[in-house]
Amino acid sequence: MKIILKNVRLLNPEQKLNQNSDLLIVDGVITRIGTVAAGEAKDARVFELNNKYVVPGLFDMHVHLREPGREDEETVVTGCNSASAGGFTGLACMPNTSPAIDSAEIVSFIKEKARNHLVDVYPVGAVTMGRKGEALSPMAELSEAGVVAFSDDGCAVKNAKMLRLAFEYASMYRLPIIEHCEDESLEGGAMNEGVTSTFLGLPPMPSIAEDLVVMRDIMMAEYTGGKIHIAHISTKNSVEILRQAKKRGVNVTSEVTPHHFSLTEEALKTYDTNTKMNPPLRTRQDVEAILEGLKDGTIDAIASDHAPHSIEEKEMEFIYAPNGIVGLETELGLALSELLSKKILNMEELVEKMAINPRKILNIPVPKFAEGEIANLTIIDPEVVWTVDVKAFKSRSKNSPFDKRLLTGKALGVINRGKMFFDDKFFAI
Amino acid sequence: MPLSSRHLLGLQGVPREDIQLILDTAVTFREVLERPIKKVPTLQGKTVVNLFFENSTRTRISFELAQKRLSADTVNFSASTSSTKKGETFKDTVKNIEAMKVDMIVVRHASAGVPQFLTRISDAHVINAGDGAHEHPTQALLDMYSIREKFGRLEGLKVCIVGDISHSRVALSNIFGLRAMGAEVSLCGPATMIPREIEKLGVKVIYNIDQAIRENDVLNVLRIQLERQAGGLFPSLREYHNYFGITSERLEKNGKDIVILHPGPINRGVEISSEVADGPYQIILDQVTNGVAVRMAVLYLLGTLNKADGR
Repeated sequence: MKIILKNVRLLNPEQKLNQNSDLLIVDGVITRIGTVAAGEAKDARVFELNNKYVVPGLFDMHVHLREPGREDEETVVTGCNSASAGGFTGLACMPNTSPAIDSAEIVSFIKEKARNHLVDVYPVGAVTMGRKGEALSPMAELSEAGVVAFSDDGCAVKNAKMLRLAFEYASMYRLPIIEHCEDESLEGGAMNEGVTSTFLGLPPMPSIAEDLVVMRDIMMAEYTGGKIHIAHISTKNSVEILRQAKKRGVNVTSEVTPHHFSLTEEALKTYDTNTKMNPPLRTRQDVEAILEGLKDGTIDAIASDHAPHSIEEKEMEFIYAPNGIVGLETELGLALSELLSKKILNMEELVEKMAINPRKILNIPVPKFAEGEIANLTIIDPEVVWTVDVKAFKSRSKNSPFDKRLLTGKALGVINRGKMFFDDKFFAI
Repeated sequence: MPLSSRHLLGLQGVPREDIQLILDTAVTFREVLERPIKKVPTLQGKTVVNLFFENSTRTRISFELAQKRLSADTVNFSASTSSTKKGETFKDTVKNIEAMKVDMIVVRHASAGVPQFLTRISDAHVINAGDGAHEHPTQALLDMYSIREKFGRLEGLKVCIVGDISHSRVALSNIFGLRAMGAEVSLCGPATMIPREIEKLGVKVIYNIDQAIRENDVLNVLRIQLERQAGGLFPSLREYHNYFGITSERLEKNGKDIVILHPGPINRGVEISSEVADGPYQIILDQVTNGVAVRMAVLYLLGTLNKADGR
């Protein structure tokens, strides 16, 4: 089958490519870049795109798919549907499932579920068995089964000794450790510590709980020569610690979520449990430091920390409600609204942080635009204004603080693995 | 003038006029409590539910008495919830109770924000009887009532709240209420029990109890929860008593005529000595009596609001 993407702005910073062009895709493979003549298009489906961007398929490196264990909240397939609708063609899924991703069987189970989907799914293995922090997971076996990183996400690797062993063992397979940085002895709160937590009477989570573990992890990576990726960075001090570490040449990367660059703790004033996350929403100064870190490259990637939760679990007393929000379907819109429109990042930088860097961190090949390559791309309209409606989410869960928010820019569609998602429909191409 | 809000969720942001109205109305009800027949028909036909998700004897009894003295029909619902406990959700519980057509809900819960949550899922007037470490507005109102009764005013008075400020809903409501009424508020307690950035609320922090006694007209002494010591927030009860406890020697040493409040229940020999708890400076039992009057005032003012009044 043939499709033509007519009049696109083809952008791939990795190839230093930024040109107006048509794209002929035959059976999922890029067959022609340039002007596609009318004669070639007779039996092709043509998408007139009026200079919309076509970029390498976006990749979210921090997603909770919930399967196995909480299929009532999300499954591999509904999570991938959500990703497609959000403009993603690939994702890494976190191992805090039930059971945790600590065996080759679970890795295969997830990959099998995703086999026929447009979205590439790359499981992240647990660092320790059951994420308990007591014994290393079978990292060699997991690596062979295809995990792209290790993480005990949900919490940090419990103690320094276990972390050291993990770095050393994982380094044999050149796989990074992704850390949720939070000191265990300081955890247990419900929001960022400060005058706002006092006003709201909610138990506080101090920012130092993150900073201490960011510091520990960076120093341990430096000592062992391991590769560390800091997940969902949220504090001003952590950004600065990371900046200094990068200057020293430590093998460290990091990601930030859209909610941590677009919301502050002020959002909690309604006690809406959709504003409850871990790490918590922080202060204006933290957001400013994050924007600065995005700008100067201290922060490498944008990732959603997509965390679906059932309505009955979120519609709960604040201190009992679980942390996290559905992220995949608002991620690009928030990045375009808060970063591109506000000139924090240009389109090249945004694509680097949402498509290129996440794959590089996880040693996954970056899609190329060249004749003969598999078409793996996202079509982006950075200007369309739309209103978030959680009821329209493809995700099985609806917990988002961004419902009814006006955003500028979204994905019009995605192509990968011979499939296309466009106009709210999946079809083979 | 009616109250400007149809709920009493806390004292943060409550205008001075509203507090004044509640305290003035309470004076009338306080007088009712001295009559041989301590009952008025004001809320006849109104139904109030006391929804207590946390243990509380005195607050619940005080509310219940206030309701009965206003001739309201009252029902008590006590339950404990937790994240792990399976069963009916909080929302379903509330929806069920509301379906029985209630006019007002008095709620106590371990989670801050529950009263706000209630206003979103129910049409009843909501009165916060304590939510987590957030607010306990009727306690602060009865504290203010008792102080005003003693001094004839609140404006310009210096009030120090002593104890575990971090975990106290009484402290926060008192800070908001007293400041709205023009009093100066300071806090005294171990640094581990004073929240970060609390000065931004416009209060002074004192770490020396003698200084707190010397500088203030009123001490509001909070109960020390014994489990906080197990949590390591202070070294021992003995050390707490020796450095922050209110004793007669301390009061005498500082040669100060001072009024002492305590929201109860008292840990004698910890935050306050028996001598002081039973002595001439304290107004602890007056607080309890005034509590009924203040709660009657709140119930009355909310229960008789027209639909058009308030937010």
